[in-house]
Amino acid sequence: MHLAYPAVLAALLFCVGLYGVLARRNAILVLMSVELMLNAVNLNLVAFDVWLRDALHAGQALTLFTIAVAAAEIGIGLAIVLMVHRNRGTSDVDKLRDTAEAAADDDPTDADEDAAPDSPAPKAAEAAA
Amino acid sequence: MTTTTLAVLVPLLPFLGAVAGLLLGRTAPGFVRPLAILPTVAALALAITVAVHQGGGKSIDAATRLTPTGSVPIDLALHIDGFAALVAVLVTVVATCVQVYSTAYLRDDPRYASYAALVSLFTSAMLVVVYSGDLMVLLVGWEIMGICSYFLVGHYWETPEARAASLKAFLVTKLGDVPFLFGLFALAADAGTFRITGILEAVATGGLDHPTLIALLLVAGVAGKSAQFPLHTWLPDAMAGPTPVSALIHAATMVAAGVYFVARLLPVFAASAAAMTVLAVMAAVTMVGSALAALAQDDIKRVLAYSTIGQLGYMTGALAVGDRGAAVFHLLSHGAFKALLFLGAGVIIHAAGTNSLAAMSRMGDLPKRIPDAYWTMTIALLALAAIPPFAGFFSKEAVLVAAEHTALGDSATSPSGAGWIVLIAGLLTALLTAAYATRLWLLAFRGRGPAAPDHGKQPLAMSAVLWVLAVPSLALGLAVGQLAGWFDVTSLTPSVTTAVLGTGVALVGGIMTYASWRALRYKAGTNIPLGAVAAHPDADPATSEEEAIATHQAAYGDIASAPDPGDPGRLLLGPLHRHAATGFHLDALYAALFVRPVKGAAELVRFLDREVVDTYVRAAGTLPRWLGIAVRRAQTGNVQTYLAALLAGSVVLAIAAVLVAAVGA
Amino acid sequence: MITTSTLTTLAATGPGFLSPTGVEIAFLLVGLVTLGAAVVTVTTKQLVHAALWLVVALGGLAVEYLLLTAEFIAWVQVLIYVGSVVVLLLFGLMLTKAPIGRSPDADSGNRPVALAVAVAAAAALVWVVVDAFRTTWIDLDGPVQGATKVTGEILFQHWVLPFEALSVLLLAALVGAIVLSRKNKAAAEAEALTTTAPKKPTTGPKKEQR
Repeated sequence: MHLAYPAVLAALLFCVGLYGVLARRNAILVLMSVELMLNAVNLNLVAFDVWLRDALHAGQALTLFTIAVAAAEIGIGLAIVLMVHRNRGTSDVDKLRDTAEAAADDDPTDADEDAAPDSPAPKAAEAAA
Repeated sequence: MTTTTLAVLVPLLPFLGAVAGLLLGRTAPGFVRPLAILPTVAALALAITVAVHQGGGKSIDAATRLTPTGSVPIDLALHIDGFAALVAVLVTVVATCVQVYSTAYLRDDPRYASYAALVSLFTSAMLVVVYSGDLMVLLVGWEIMGICSYFLVGHYWETPEARAASLKAFLVTKLGDVPFLFGLFALAADAGTFRITGILEAVATGGLDHPTLIALLLVAGVAGKSAQFPLHTWLPDAMAGPTPVSALIHAATMVAAGVYFVARLLPVFAASAAAMTVLAVMAAVTMVGSALAALAQDDIKRVLAYSTIGQLGYMTGALAVGDRGAAVFHLLSHGAFKALLFLGAGVIIHAAGTNSLAAMSRMGDLPKRIPDAYWTMTIALLALAAIPPFAGFFSKEAVLVAAEHTALGDSATSPSGAGWIVLIAGLLTALLTAAYATRLWLLAFRGRGPAAPDHGKQPLAMSAVLWVLAVPSLALGLAVGQLAGWFDVTSLTPSVTTAVLGTGVALVGGIMTYASWRALRYKAGTNIPLGAVAAHPDADPATSEEEAIATHQAAYGDIASAPDPGDPGRLLLGPLHRHAATGFHLDALYAALFVRPVKGAAELVRFLDREVVDTYVRAAGTLPRWLGIAVRRAQTGNVQTYLAALLAGSVVLAIAAVLVAAVGA
Repeated sequence: MITTSTLTTLAATGPGFLSPTGVEIAFLLVGLVTLGAAVVTVTTKQLVHAALWLVVALGGLAVEYLLLTAEFIAWVQVLIYVGSVVVLLLFGLMLTKAPIGRSPDADSGNRPVALAVAVAAAAALVWVVVDAFRTTWIDLDGPVQGATKVTGEILFQHWVLPFEALSVLLLAALVGAIVLSRKNKAAAEAEALTTTAPKKPTTGPKKEQR
């Protein structure tokens, strides 16, 4: 089998995921797109591992690790999204604009409430995504 | 103690007194008066001792070098000859008188402590100038006097006149000091030393390469300090200071320093005929112009100030004809009678409550209120007018004799032209001097009108000092035979020709003034009421004077003159009066020539700074702010936009890297 | 592109693209399905449909793993992704009260930029990948490389330490998820005072899933 097939498929999947991350408004859909990107990487790892016939099968081992890390990531990410939704009443990414320059002044009103300890978290999550 | 030690103590004691006065002035006011007077009195005693030890014989020289200071060494040196010894005595006598007088004159002044300390410092600086055998050390005293005069002239700094006058005195003298400093360096570079003895040796052996340049540079500094044309304009304005300060500056210290300096280094000046001629012309212009101006002044102190300028012109004239004995002799006698005149004027101003001669001429009984001042002022004015046998007659005759000798070609040091200039100007000035002295006396003491207010007897400290100073004014001339031995001249005695001529013109001047005064006195409409008197006649004299100075312009329309139709000076000068009253518009000329261009340049610089330079500065602040505002718009808070920008950048970079690799391969 | 040239010479023996093998055809078809499902996932207006299309895409990928003879990975993919991650995502959608049916605002205003970046990235990646691996051939014959036995052996012989470290990571993620999902006690009290209908049941199912 040509290596080009899985490689191109992986590249395209990755870019589809990229588009989703950048274009989707709902945070959970963003997480789905992230899963697509991770899977594109996994496909690459497996394909190259098979092609190179690595004695240690580093590609497959790494794929397993990636899957595990992705599972952990989706768990934490969803927890964060839920918390944001609970505090803000929305899970839309483009409504979470606490870091905006102009809006920085009138934010303390809701930062005083129960969101206070958690407010940095969603931004960190989105940045990580 | 050796004479050298005594001589070192002479300037040191007033200096220590000044330091102690400044330190203790606030905490222990009781010590201020002793600290002001005792060091000065001690310095007087020591100066007399030094003079007696020196005795007009060989000069005393002592030097110590603290540390090597480069190519031309600077020594702490003493050079005491007959001139130095006698001038030091004069300085300490006048300083003592001034200090004693000030205790009464400024008895209620809140700043008396610092005033007295500054007078002590002033005295100390002058003594340094007098005794110093090293030009750099001399310069230290010279500059300390400059700054002290600034502070003392500005003593009444609440009045704008005093502030302006102190600034003017400082700036104008400083204007002369800059070329003076260059002259000193040029002189030291040529002679290889700052020591006066070394310089005189170098001159004697013809070691000076640029005598004219050096002499002219030094003359500029001397003109500034000794108030010679064209740098004399600070002196009349310096009358805004307290009267004792005027006495100190005019009689003994500051203005005398310039003349004394030239006298010390006369061989340097004599090495250049051009410098001697410049000195002569400067002296002639100064004395005639200032005498005319003195005749038109209304402020009694300004009359005396212009008279000082004129008498200093005599001294400069004597130096220009190469006779430093005559110059220093006139310096001594002038110091005595001018100190007396100023201190007497202080008493008059206090008694009359005004400094205006026009107001005094409308005031009766002034001599009865202040008999001490009346008699001593009369003596001093006679001395000023050079009437025999007063001190001024002998010293002025010495100058005229020297000028006559030079004019007739008997002098080896200066051109005969200089002699003629000085002689003619001197005789003309003698006439004018007698005229303005008579005018001053008539207007101040022969006034008619309501009796002067009675403030009781003047303080003893003030009256006694007047009599002390009257003695040398009266009798210094009689010592002319002894004095010649102190100076390196053969004789100071007057010759018949000049004595007759000088006394004659002086009498003519006096009689003309008297005649015009008489004529005006009985003319209708000349005795119109005029003038203002101090608001607090019973306060201490300094307060009266301060108020008189502050109100003169408001009451008479001008700081210098008054619209008095009964003024004999107005009749004598005729159309010239208007110009003479303003000092021949020299201040206006300087304002047009220097002050206005400088102010214009300052405006320009201000404009350049505010509008041009600041524009760049503001732009340096504004541009980043605009940039910041622009960049801030990108901070939407939308994480997706950030990420999109980040990834777009990564893609661009990756493509660029691939392309570069492809091209490279 | 030195690597490209060396790889080309190494695997220059493979057949061309115009005579595909059966495996290739299968891979291509499944790949097209996967890609299509992925595209629908990121473009559909119905949020729940997006999750379901994600199942198709991930399942397609599992088939691709099988075709690449990595069977253990394929089953793990099915188990974890299709089995738990998608279920988790669906739970998330439900808990955040995602609208059922078409929601017109599923895409943000960032869409044109996103499209431009994605297309540019795709173009660059595909170009580079094709240029690099045009002639590279994977030999799928011989022993199965991703068999469970093989994977188990290498995993527990050579990758034991990272594997154990991974378990620590998972534990940390577990703890983190719990901490995040728990309600702040003080905040909960404040909320109970202000609102009479607290939204309680948010954390339970998630913990079980993890």
